[in-house]
Amino acid sequence: MFERFHQYAAPLHFHRLSRKLSPWLFGLSAVLFVAGLVGGLVLAPADYQQGESFRIIYVHVPSAWLSMFCYMVMASAGAAGLIWKVKMGDIMARASAPLGASFTFLALATGSLWGKPMWGTWWVWDARLTSELILLFLYLGYIALQSAIEDRRAAARAGAVLAIVGVVNIPIIHYSVEWWSTLHQGATVTKFDKPSIDVSMLIPLLLMALAFQVFFFAALLVRARCEILEFEQHTAWVRDYLRGGRKV
Amino acid sequence: MSALAAAASVLHRDLRRGRRRLGDLAQPLVFFTVVVFVFPIAIGPNAEVLRSLLPAILWVSALLALVLTLPEVFAADYADGSLELLVLSPHPLPLLVLAKAIAQWTTGVLPLIAMSALLGGVLGLDFNTWVAVELGLLLGTPVLCLVGCLASALAVGVRGGPLLLALITLPLYIPVLIFGTSAARNASLALPVDAEMLFLAGLSVLALTLTPFGIAAALRARLA
Repeated sequence: MFERFHQYAAPLHFHRLSRKLSPWLFGLSAVLFVAGLVGGLVLAPADYQQGESFRIIYVHVPSAWLSMFCYMVMASAGAAGLIWKVKMGDIMARASAPLGASFTFLALATGSLWGKPMWGTWWVWDARLTSELILLFLYLGYIALQSAIEDRRAAARAGAVLAIVGVVNIPIIHYSVEWWSTLHQGATVTKFDKPSIDVSMLIPLLLMALAFQVFFFAALLVRARCEILEFEQHTAWVRDYLRGGRKV
Repeated sequence: MSALAAAASVLHRDLRRGRRRLGDLAQPLVFFTVVVFVFPIAIGPNAEVLRSLLPAILWVSALLALVLTLPEVFAADYADGSLELLVLSPHPLPLLVLAKAIAQWTTGVLPLIAMSALLGGVLGLDFNTWVAVELGLLLGTPVLCLVGCLASALAVGVRGGPLLLALITLPLYIPVLIFGTSAARNASLALPVDAEMLFLAGLSVLALTLTPFGIAAALRARLA
């Protein structure tokens, strides 16, 4: 069993596995999305305080969760590539960065769309918002470094080091920002106490979180497939595959 | 040659090279001064507003000037091949790069702090705030310099230069900026600044112990 697992560390086998798996994952995430959206937008009752606009949490919260999850995926895949020289680690780290940046952006954008009617402003210097924004910058720095280095292997190694540095820094950044914003303007920040959420609202949220998660893995597999083809463009199987000659 | 002697000779060599390129060392200082004087022009000549913003202006300008010097840390050594010799040497690489980082701090950052002390005094910071800004810079810039050297090692021999390095490093600099400027703010209100200074010193110790290994790993990753 372990050997089977091991062989997917090789790009060729991973490519085959990804082609088999990703349609199923996309299908599953579509089903979950429909269930979560119907549950969240239709079935769940409106919030007693925020009315209908609370429903944005069904997009906002899952993307915020995934924005952090992606960074962990990116850093651990990068570390695996750096330490054990697993080629798929390099590929996965590179493939997950743009996804993580997109989720972070989505979390920020939906947050500020919600903030306008609720807090009366697009942006407040709240600790969470600021840390999320810094997370977006960390992603952008990683992507910029990756695209600045021509050689894929070298780019992956450098990116892995940067991602690990980011992981060490994220708690420091998080707590310093929290300390800064509470020191700075604690009273003006609308730090709404998270109300213990009702089950009818919670179930769609969990469904949406699951849908986002599955979607992330499906998209990651597709991106990884493109990365594999670029990483391995000089190998015989990629040439055959691109010519359509051999079924891989 | 022992490892410490090797590190000392790296430090000595970089310091001597700094002394021989005084013109290059002056450029960040001039840049720093110009940026500090550009802010008042944008903000307007209101002395009260300017005095309250001056610590932040000094910090941000120092940060930018420091980032601009980062591409130079390993560039010359990379160009003439001595960086590869450093990586291939039998001595522990983290120690050698720590020596390089110390040299970079001494030649690149210490003059900036001296200049900020001068400008802060000339532009009328009160004594408490002035001390908080300068002490904060002294305690905080080692972190900035070490993390910057790490980014510089990652981007060695890469197109993109200071823009890329600014993009990588500035998010990582935010904790130091927060502690440094809030210390200055506290000092201007005659509040104690011990907590911020201890945080900055703690971050410096953390950076001194961890980043040399990161810099070494980054150089190995880039040159392997």
